[in-house]
Amino acid sequence: MSQIPDTLRYAASHEWVRVDNDLATVGISDHAQSELSDVVYVELPKVGAQVKAGAVAAVIESVKAASDIYAPVSGEVVEANAALTAKPELVNQDPYGAAWLFRVKIANATELDKLMDAAGYKASINE
Amino acid sequence: MGAKQTPLFAAHQRLGARLTEFGGWTMPVQYSGIVDEHKAVREAAGVFDISHMGEFFVRGAGALDFLNSLLSNDVAKLQVGQGQYTLMLDDHGGVIDDLILYRVGEADFFLVVNAAKIDEDEKHITAFLPVGVSFENACDRHAALALQGPRALEIARAFFGPGWPEPKRNEITRYSWNCQGIVTARTGYTGEDGLELFFPSEIAENFFLALLEAGKPFGLKPCGLGARDTLRLEACLPLNGNDLSLAHSAVAAGLDPFLGFAKEAIYPGKNFMMEQKAAGLKMKLVAFRSADGPPPRPHYLLFSGPDHVGEVTSGAPSPTLGFGIGLAYVRADCATPGTKLEMEVRERRVAIEVVKKPFYKRAA
Repeated sequence: MSQIPDTLRYAASHEWVRVDNDLATVGISDHAQSELSDVVYVELPKVGAQVKAGAVAAVIESVKAASDIYAPVSGEVVEANAALTAKPELVNQDPYGAAWLFRVKIANATELDKLMDAAGYKASINE
Repeated sequence: MGAKQTPLFAAHQRLGARLTEFGGWTMPVQYSGIVDEHKAVREAAGVFDISHMGEFFVRGAGALDFLNSLLSNDVAKLQVGQGQYTLMLDDHGGVIDDLILYRVGEADFFLVVNAAKIDEDEKHITAFLPVGVSFENACDRHAALALQGPRALEIARAFFGPGWPEPKRNEITRYSWNCQGIVTARTGYTGEDGLELFFPSEIAENFFLALLEAGKPFGLKPCGLGARDTLRLEACLPLNGNDLSLAHSAVAAGLDPFLGFAKEAIYPGKNFMMEQKAAGLKMKLVAFRSADGPPPRPHYLLFSGPDHVGEVTSGAPSPTLGFGIGLAYVRADCATPGTKLEMEVRERRVAIEVVKKPFYKRAA
C-alpha cells in the first residue's frame, strides 16, 4: 500500500498537484516512485516555459528506463526543484515533500476538476 | 498468445517480485530493487531464474562435424565436460543467436540458447540436420538458475555437500540432488564467478527455495532481469537483440575470439567475415561512458561534430561505477578508446567518451 495524501489531487498518469491560490506544485506519487524504483536522473522544465495539461513536462530516469512526466495543469513554470539535479534519489525518499518537481502558475483552473481526489486515485491503482 | 510462465512463477510472486514480459516469458524484473540486487551479486551472491532460456541436445556420430559447420567457435577444442561461447550466424556473419555449447559426451552436445530465439534456432538447426544426428528440444523438462557472485561457489559447496564434482571455469558436471539428476556449469552472464544450474521442472520450486535458504547466511538474494542487464553491461557481455543482430557481423561486434577462423569447417558467414576483416570494418561495437547528466539508452544517436557516426545498442547508469555506460556501433574511425563524441538525448547533445572494454572486471 502506497501513501496517498488526502490534501492533494492526482492525474491518472501518477502526478500529484498541490494548489496554493494560483500556483500548482507538481510531483509524482509514492506509487509511481515505487514502480520506477532507483531514480538516477531528473530533467525538469525551464523556469518561464509554458507547459500544457497532459503534455510531457519532465523526465525521470530510473536504472531501467526513462519515464515521461506529464503536466497535470497548463501554465507557466515559475520554479523548478534544482535540488533534484544533485539528489535525484529524493524522488524515492520523499515524493510528496522534498522531491516536488516544479511549480506552475495555473492558466485555467477548470483543468483541476479533471484531476482525481485521493480516493479516486487509490481506486485507479487498485489499492 | 500470452507470455509463458517458468516453473518458478508462483515462487516469484510469493517472494514479491515485480514481473515483466521478456522474450515471450513472464519474468521477474526485480525483487528488492535493481541496485540492491546488482550490489548483492558484485559483493556476495545473487540467484536468477533463467528457466526461460532454451535447452537443446544434439547427439550422434556426426554431431561434432555438424555443429562445427553450423556454429562459429571450434567445437573440436571441447573436451568432454567443457563448454564454449559460440554464435549461430547468417551468410553475412549477422547474429541469429549467441549460445553456450557444452560437450557432455563424446558425441553428445548440450546447447543453451536465448529465450526469444528458441523457435528460430530449432528451425535453423533442424533444417540442416544430417542423417545420424538427432535433435531434442528439452526446454519444457528443464528449469534453470544462475547462481552468481564472489560467494556463489561457497554457497554451492554448502548446498550440495562434499560429493559435488565442482566444475572449473566453462566446465559442466552432473550431480544428484535429492535423487534428481541435475547439471552444474561454471558459466554466467554477470562478470562474476558462478554457476548455471539445470534441473527437472518438477523440482524447480523446491530446488530454488532450498538454494535461497542455504545461501542466506552468505548474503544470497533473488535477482531479476533488471540487475542481470546492468551486471552484464558492466562486464560488456553483449545482449542478443540489442548489441547482436542481423544488422552487424560478429566481427563488427568484436567477437573474434569465438569465431573459428583457423578451423577447417566452413560455417555460415565465415568467408564473408574473413573478407570483411581484410577490407577493414566500417562499424565497430564500442564501449562508452557519459559524465553527469542523462544515462545512455538504446537507440540514442551518436555524433562527431555534425556527423552522425553511430547508435547506442545498450545503455544504463552503472550501479558499480556511478556513471552512465553503454555499448554502441560507431564508425570505425571513431572507435578508438579516448575518442570524444556526443550523444543526442531529447534534442540536446551530451558528451561521451569511447573507453576500453570491459567497464568492470572482477579481481582475479
